Amino acid sequence: MGRPLVHRSPIPGLGLSAGITLMMLSLVVILPLGALLLKGAAFGPLNVWEAVNRERVWAALWLSFRISFLAALFNLVFGTLLAWVLVRYRFPGRRVLDAAVDLPFALPTAVAGIALTALYAPNGPFGQIAADFGLKIAYTPAGIFIALVFVGLPFVVRTVQPVVDEIDREVEEASATLGASRRTTLARVVLPMLWPAILTGFALSLARAVGEYGSVIFIAGNIPMVSEIAPLLIVIQLEEFNYDAAASIGIAMLVISFVMLLLINLIQIWSRRRIGYV
Amino acid sequence: MSDIALAAAPRRFRPVTTETPLVRRLLIAVAIVGLVILVFAPLIAVFAEALREGAAAAVASLGERDAQAAIRLTLTIAAISVPLNAAFGIAAAWFITKYDFRGKAVLITLIDLPFSVSPVVAGLCIVLMFGANSALGGWLVANGYPIVFALPGIALATMFVTFPFVARELIPVMVEQGRAEEEAALTLGASGWRAFLTVTLPNIRWALLYGVLLCNARAMGEFGAVAVVSGKIRGQTATMPITIEMLYNEYLSVAAFSLAAVLTLLALVTLLLKTALELRHADQLAANHRH
Repeated sequence: MGRPLVHRSPIPGLGLSAGITLMMLSLVVILPLGALLLKGAAFGPLNVWEAVNRERVWAALWLSFRISFLAALFNLVFGTLLAWVLVRYRFPGRRVLDAAVDLPFALPTAVAGIALTALYAPNGPFGQIAADFGLKIAYTPAGIFIALVFVGLPFVVRTVQPVVDEIDREVEEASATLGASRRTTLARVVLPMLWPAILTGFALSLARAVGEYGSVIFIAGNIPMVSEIAPLLIVIQLEEFNYDAAASIGIAMLVISFVMLLLINLIQIWSRRRIGYV
Repeated sequence: MSDIALAAAPRRFRPVTTETPLVRRLLIAVAIVGLVILVFAPLIAVFAEALREGAAAAVASLGERDAQAAIRLTLTIAAISVPLNAAFGIAAAWFITKYDFRGKAVLITLIDLPFSVSPVVAGLCIVLMFGANSALGGWLVANGYPIVFALPGIALATMFVTFPFVARELIPVMVEQGRAEEEAALTLGASGWRAFLTVTLPNIRWALLYGVLLCNARAMGEFGAVAVVSGKIRGQTATMPITIEMLYNEYLSVAAFSLAAVLTLLALVTLLLKTALELRHADQLAANHRH
């Protein structure tokens, strides 16, 4: 007969907890996602492909992915630095800084969007400085980059921080005793231990950025082919009651999300096999 | 000669497990400057823009009918979706941690799924399922229960994007605590509910509060998913973030930023409480929040 579906347990509440879990999961997550896939199936895979395979959609998807990648890359470097500073160094204001890292998680994206636009618009404080150098940030892809750095920053910091905290200092001492300079110890001993966490944080930050909408649309300018992100295309299609096209782009984005999710899981499996922790 | 050696100041050794003071100061400076530009500046900008025409104008804009309606709607949506998601989180954590069954990993992945779906796609899914042009949605509208462009749709979209928050906090804590305490309570004759209320709940209360806190912050601030399903009917289906967008697009900057300032205060209170929980009840939170 093989393994039973559910092992017998003396703890009551199996029916109730399983019922609530599966019912709510179905109603809130699975059925709506199913509706999207069903819509795609009804529209026909070929039609879905045709709806996505347009210059404007490709431009939006490529823009979303490209800027998200750059923002995640920035967060990889700055987030790792922040995690290191927050764990290893003691200085006044460290706790405030540590709490501030979570602000992008807590601040509604629309609020972040208008605040960043106020700062980086040509008449805003940062926008003016940029204008002095002949640069324009808001209403260009550079503005999208700023918004995506903002929303993605906590992911890298919060993934790397606990791992830095767990590094056994004796390993670093051993490395130093064997004659390694501090730089060598960091590069050859510390960094290899951090890589899985750094990459996981990078992937999480990337995944979040690709789907981000609220903080981007205010600062992006939303010029078709230049600064129009993929989620905005869905909103535009929906406003024109073009459900088939909206569903097609939605499915394309879902596929991207799944690839990212797979990537994150692969990194974690690789890390667990190699080092024994995530 | 030995006198000279003794007179010299004792040389202080730098621990080998840290960087030189110069590098250290440089890194701290980069961290502070970076966070000031990236995180603190937007925070200050919200309040500066709200108070641009004085505190009176900011407060007056919050008293406007549409702003009041938006605040009421956002509170209503949070009051519906947060308790439901908390109930789901507790049930899911109980189901996943108290029993052994096949497909547990798949279930956990499905619960986490909303985190990897774009909020706009989440809203789109709900429109496709319950919109007037779908079979189910058409039937519901015909019978006088519109979901999309109405409160239930907004609540559903909010629940979708905040779905994993509570479960995700509770599962690791309950895994760590194991089943022995509940089993002991049951052996001593407690009913299942009594074991849950007197044994499990006290063990998970801080983690539960932590999850509810984050869930609430996101529920009140959700924009992308709600923007798709709300229809943006002023005074009726416009939540606070949606109203912020509408005011901003109408160049009513003070009104938009005043409403944004209210949500920012909520975010700050959330962070404060979250940090307090991390400091005072670290041992009862999921391990990744202990620092």
